[in-house]
Amino acid sequence: MPKTTYINKEQGILSWLLTGDHKRIAILYLISITFFFFIGGAFAGLIRLELLTPQPDLVSSDTYNKLFTMHGIIMIFLFLVPSVPATLGNFLIPIMVGARDLAFPKINLLSWYLYVVGGCLTLAALVLGGVDTGWTFTTPLSTHYLNTHIVTAATAIFVAGFSSIFTGLNFIVTIHRMRAPGMTWFRIPLFCWSNYAASILMVLGTPVLAITIVLVALERTVGIGIFDPTKGGDPLLFQHLFWFYSHPAVYIMILPGMGVISEVISTFSRKRVFGYTAVAFSSVAIAVFGFFVWAHHMFIMGVSNYSALVFSLLTMLVAVPSAIKTFNWIATLYKGSITFETPMLYAFGFIGLFTIGGLTGVFLGSLGMDIHLTETYFIVAHFHFVMVGGMLMAFLAGIHFWWPKLTGRMYPEGLSKLAAVVTFIGFNLTFLPQFILGYLGMPRRYHAYPPEFQVLNVLSTAGATVLGVGYMLPLLYLGWSLKYGAIAGDNPWQATGLEWQIQSPPLTENFTEIPYMDHEAYDYEWLANKTKHEVTTVG
Amino acid sequence: MDNHAIAQTHDAHAGHHAHLPQHLHHFETEEQQREAASFGMWLFLLTEIMFFGGLFMAYLLYRNWYHDAFVAASNTLSIPLGTANTAVLIGSGFAMALAVWAAEVRKKGLLVIFLIITTLLGMVFLGVKYVEYKEKFELHHVPGANFDISQFVNPPATARDQQHLGVDMARKTEVYFSLYFAMTGMHALHMIIGIVLLCLLIWRAQRGDFSNGYVAPIENFGLYWHFVDIVWLFLFPLLYLINIHPGR
Repeated sequence: MPKTTYINKEQGILSWLLTGDHKRIAILYLISITFFFFIGGAFAGLIRLELLTPQPDLVSSDTYNKLFTMHGIIMIFLFLVPSVPATLGNFLIPIMVGARDLAFPKINLLSWYLYVVGGCLTLAALVLGGVDTGWTFTTPLSTHYLNTHIVTAATAIFVAGFSSIFTGLNFIVTIHRMRAPGMTWFRIPLFCWSNYAASILMVLGTPVLAITIVLVALERTVGIGIFDPTKGGDPLLFQHLFWFYSHPAVYIMILPGMGVISEVISTFSRKRVFGYTAVAFSSVAIAVFGFFVWAHHMFIMGVSNYSALVFSLLTMLVAVPSAIKTFNWIATLYKGSITFETPMLYAFGFIGLFTIGGLTGVFLGSLGMDIHLTETYFIVAHFHFVMVGGMLMAFLAGIHFWWPKLTGRMYPEGLSKLAAVVTFIGFNLTFLPQFILGYLGMPRRYHAYPPEFQVLNVLSTAGATVLGVGYMLPLLYLGWSLKYGAIAGDNPWQATGLEWQIQSPPLTENFTEIPYMDHEAYDYEWLANKTKHEVTTVG
Repeated sequence: MDNHAIAQTHDAHAGHHAHLPQHLHHFETEEQQREAASFGMWLFLLTEIMFFGGLFMAYLLYRNWYHDAFVAASNTLSIPLGTANTAVLIGSGFAMALAVWAAEVRKKGLLVIFLIITTLLGMVFLGVKYVEYKEKFELHHVPGANFDISQFVNPPATARDQQHLGVDMARKTEVYFSLYFAMTGMHALHMIIGIVLLCLLIWRAQRGDFSNGYVAPIENFGLYWHFVDIVWLFLFPLLYLINIHPGR
């Protein structure tokens, strides 16, 4: 292990809580989002437990409403949105573009504190008695009919939203202004491209959610009438404003994950990502198209036939750049020297599950199908395939892939492969039955169901148990590896990124000297020559 | 020893070639630092546009739906006060532009004076806004339980607008006032945050923080302050002048 690293350069708890180092802030984020992931997961566990039997026996319907609401709010705003950008993105983007830090280290730290305040407010809403609107805060249900801690939860989301705006802003400025000499736009790794695209969505979308949630809070507290139909307001306007953010938000969640997959696939097939430019621009295309599909959440809410038609078409269009990525990853594998390290297993899981999640999204985007499937378990299965099967797999792929760089130590290979397989099996067992349940007509958000649905629900709950084990395993062995893992060395994967050319864990200032980028990204020949050269110099 | 010399000894000590004590070491050059700060501020203003954008979207929708109610409600606002406030805010923006100039030519005294003028004019604006809000409270034109539509159904003889609205349309004035308070309230909140930041900048300016050519905070705050001005320049005609048609 190197003597001086970003971890031991300064000691003491305050040196972490007041740090400006992007790598330390990434670690702070990693700890906090892991905490909230397991809280959100516990709610999911309780939901699945209640659905084990057709009768409502474990919790009351009110409690059940609170369970799925808190599960949604925590998983979306406190885990999925910051997951890859705030942890791996924070840690890696400055290093990948050859900079010493993000452009605004203090704003980066502020972003973490805002996240913590948002998290605490969510916990406060939870402890005070919970929220039961669903994570969508649908009006007038949220403004007039429910008497739970909606304003507290709204404030939490408002504050956490600013943390994500600041992260996005920092990434955009860093990628524009802080690239090392020779690091042209088409030499930055695809991970940076996809985080850049996600940042655009964060910066442009989140403020719209912020004002919407402020209006909901004002409507509850002082009684203004912008969404209130009894005063002439229009609840549908709330839906438009809410989904204007919340649909792009799913791309905020998935795009950084796609960036992880590009890095992992290239490294473990020892090939340049096929069609680098197409993959880079498809990220931007997803960000742009992503802003024009929101009304597909509103097909049964009374939008006009013509706008439904247009939004249906645009929804199908957004599948094109996602497909470009998938096909390019497969083309990258073609004739590559593929090895099956743990990150690669998760990446394969991502490609398969994301494809199913994406294609069922096209089902839901077509008007006729949507009328039948919307508000059923088909929807639940669809977005869990994208968010859990896709994004969480990508997050775990990334955590395993860069763990040696983050900590300087390797995770145990055998156990981690087992965990990847367990996660994959558990995931499919949980969510495949839900597609069938939804198609057969089981609605979402009810705590009781007709007895003929029980077999599939039991399968799903059994799968959730396996999935829970799959997520506990990495928590345990990654913790273990902090102390007992094998020393990783600078570049255990023989990968080409700049982050692999520096020591692990990195120095506080990342580079002793700012690098000059004289080759393309994913140039394995350059790496081979460099290694040969080093060997000859040493020899 | 003046600031410049201190900066050089500091940097000689740190082994860097920077000239300003405010130069942050993760930036390669001062120019890069200044460009990054300015770019970051523009991006932040973009988020602000999206933030207000939601409100403008709502305004567009309801003004089309409830045009008569919007006209009647808009007529109860005081155009003289609104115009005066617009002038005050433009004056404040002008003082801010002069402050940026004073910082660039390194005139500390002028910089402090212009920042104080900017602050005072901002406070005048908020004072006038207070008078206007107070009148709305007295007339029960604030949305909520006490909202009163009688003035729009049966306008008093003193009212500028003598048009009688049906009860249904008159009730829609509450939507107008919801938007009026949400939009001008959000704008005022931005003014208050701006004034707090201005006080900080005045304190730092008289301490000499911006006397050595390091002007990024002044420039960037200037961008923010002008943005808040511009929002008002949209709010004023949209809220106050709905029924003013030049040339008619």
